[in-house]
Amino acid sequence: MNIIEETHPPPPAKLEPDYLEAGHTVRSWLLTTDHKRIGLLYLFSIIFFFFIAAVAAGIMRLELLTPKGDLVLSETYSKLFTLHGVIMVWFFLIPSIPTVLGNFLIPMMIGARDVAFPKLNLLSWYLFMAGGMFALYAIIAGGVDTGWTFYTPYSSRYSNSHVIEMATGIFLSGFGSILTGLNFIITVHKMRAPGMTWFRLPLFIWSHYATSLILVLATPVLAITLLLMALERIWGIGIFDPRIGGDPVLFQHLFWFYSHPAVYIMVLPSMAVISELIPCFSRKQIFGYKFIAFASLAIAFLGFLVWGHHMFVAGPSVYAGLVFSLLSFLVAIPSAIKVFNWTATLHRGSISFETPMLYALGFIGLFSLGGLTGLFLAALGADVHLTDTYFIIAHFHYIMVGGTVLGFMGGMHFWWPKITGRMYPEKMGQLAALVTFIGFNLTFFPQFILGYLGMPRRYHAYAPEYQVYNVLSTAGASILAVGYILPVIYFIWSLHKGKKAPANPWNATGLEWQTPSPPPVHNFYETPLVVKGPYDYSPEEEERKLEERHG
Amino acid sequence: MSAKIISPKTYVLVWLALMILLFLTWGASEINFGVFSPVIAIVIAVIKMLLVVLIFMHVRYSSRLTWVFAAAGFLWLMIMITLTMGDYLTRGTVRPQNKSIPEWKVDTESQSR
Ligand SMILES: [Cu+2]
Repeated sequence: MNIIEETHPPPPAKLEPDYLEAGHTVRSWLLTTDHKRIGLLYLFSIIFFFFIAAVAAGIMRLELLTPKGDLVLSETYSKLFTLHGVIMVWFFLIPSIPTVLGNFLIPMMIGARDVAFPKLNLLSWYLFMAGGMFALYAIIAGGVDTGWTFYTPYSSRYSNSHVIEMATGIFLSGFGSILTGLNFIITVHKMRAPGMTWFRLPLFIWSHYATSLILVLATPVLAITLLLMALERIWGIGIFDPRIGGDPVLFQHLFWFYSHPAVYIMVLPSMAVISELIPCFSRKQIFGYKFIAFASLAIAFLGFLVWGHHMFVAGPSVYAGLVFSLLSFLVAIPSAIKVFNWTATLHRGSISFETPMLYALGFIGLFSLGGLTGLFLAALGADVHLTDTYFIIAHFHYIMVGGTVLGFMGGMHFWWPKITGRMYPEKMGQLAALVTFIGFNLTFFPQFILGYLGMPRRYHAYAPEYQVYNVLSTAGASILAVGYILPVIYFIWSLHKGKKAPANPWNATGLEWQTPSPPPVHNFYETPLVVKGPYDYSPEEEERKLEERHG
Repeated sequence: MSAKIISPKTYVLVWLALMILLFLTWGASEINFGVFSPVIAIVIAVIKMLLVVLIFMHVRYSSRLTWVFAAAGFLWLMIMITLTMGDYLTRGTVRPQNKSIPEWKVDTESQSR
């Protein structure tokens, strides 16, 4: 560890209890309007959903060990991948970073005492949980077999599974998302501390602002699309089924108008985390602050213009295909700007490899690979060959696990001392990060090859020549599982046995580190006055101190 | 912030107007105006929407920033409609390589029905 430990100033006299001490009853949690506690409510909920969906993935990987469908029926397999997709997307990935770390950190980073609408914030969580309960009911009652995309007319006319219940769950949790986005936007506009100008905002805030715009602008379209699908299913109103006067491709247009931007709802917050980790662990001012800030907004905007790349084989017009293909290539530009700026930040920095940094570096590599393989799929001709194969599966898991989950894990480790007031065991953290990285690549890299060779997605049986890659992938999944379970164990352990965390264990800039760990109920004893930009690091200074120390 | 207080009477009037427009929508859908049917339906819908957004949702009395956000909502709706129609309106405008021109003409004509 080459972060120089400063002599920590004695903690200021406690003027109010920290937010964890402020109440221990169930009621004090369920009726809290404290953004930090709501963040924790979300944390427990999404971890719960994550493990349900992960178990489904585990069963699928076991089934795919052998070419024959010998563990589950093909119908059960359909329900498993639907469960995995729906729960991971709407009940883990989309809420993950914004509702946990975003909720906890946005007010603290801008020097506010809470979000703009604390009660609305709590309502978001209740909507999310209500949605989650509907989804759980749909699963327990027998599951859904449409895939997470709910393509019509199968979902709206023919499927005999619990489509309506699942759609209701997604519908409700969507309103939770909209309210969260609304809350964040208004918080950033209205609640900034004196001196916190727009260009002194940490990039974490810029990215979350961009995410919130997507949440508010895209989620209503998902809500109306699912509602129309339900209308057709319940009353047979012809909207998507051609036999009663509807158009199935219309569903795909509406669904992907939400679901492509939803990818950026998942990835932008992860980029938000990475933009904080990289400067801190290279002790360097971020390179190209404004470029990264505006790249976030550009991603949010361009993300709305490309949805047609999911539909190239669904029979859109040739011109629409061309336009969507071209526009899809454009999104790569702001993403690349970010990756290059992070890399440039590393250059001549005083780099150290604590756990959060390992996750951040993992993110850069895996996100790049995921993004670049996305370009294969954006190319019309290549997409015809690769679509609906394991290539797609591998591509979006590189974005969603390699991107979002690694960002989430990096952020959880970085801010764990702030959230709980305890340090996690560093060596264990580094080990888990490494295990995750290895397990992840072993799981998903073979799937690129499988897809290129032509193995289709969503089948429980396959041709025997694909077995080697599937065995590799399943082996990787079991390693990946260890990488996920380890942090859960040592995080819980650290709550009781971990070293007490100082206010600023990483010597990081940023207002959230200027207040005790865990923070007091109202975040700051007095409203901070901001006089400089974020990332006020100096690698030369740091190296000089290091040399002094080692003689 | 938006301190403007609107009397309940205004809300009741907006509601009544919406109800009347609802019946107009229904009435217009019962009569066949040919190509003008959708035009009439859309015009009524736009009036309804303006009533809700401007008066009921207070956008009329709000700050410029609120106007910007409301306008952004419309811009996004337009993006969705434009790019979706970009698909529907250009279907069948390119001849597939495996079809001769007469074959393709027969195809497109049967499709537009
Ligand atoms: Cu996409």
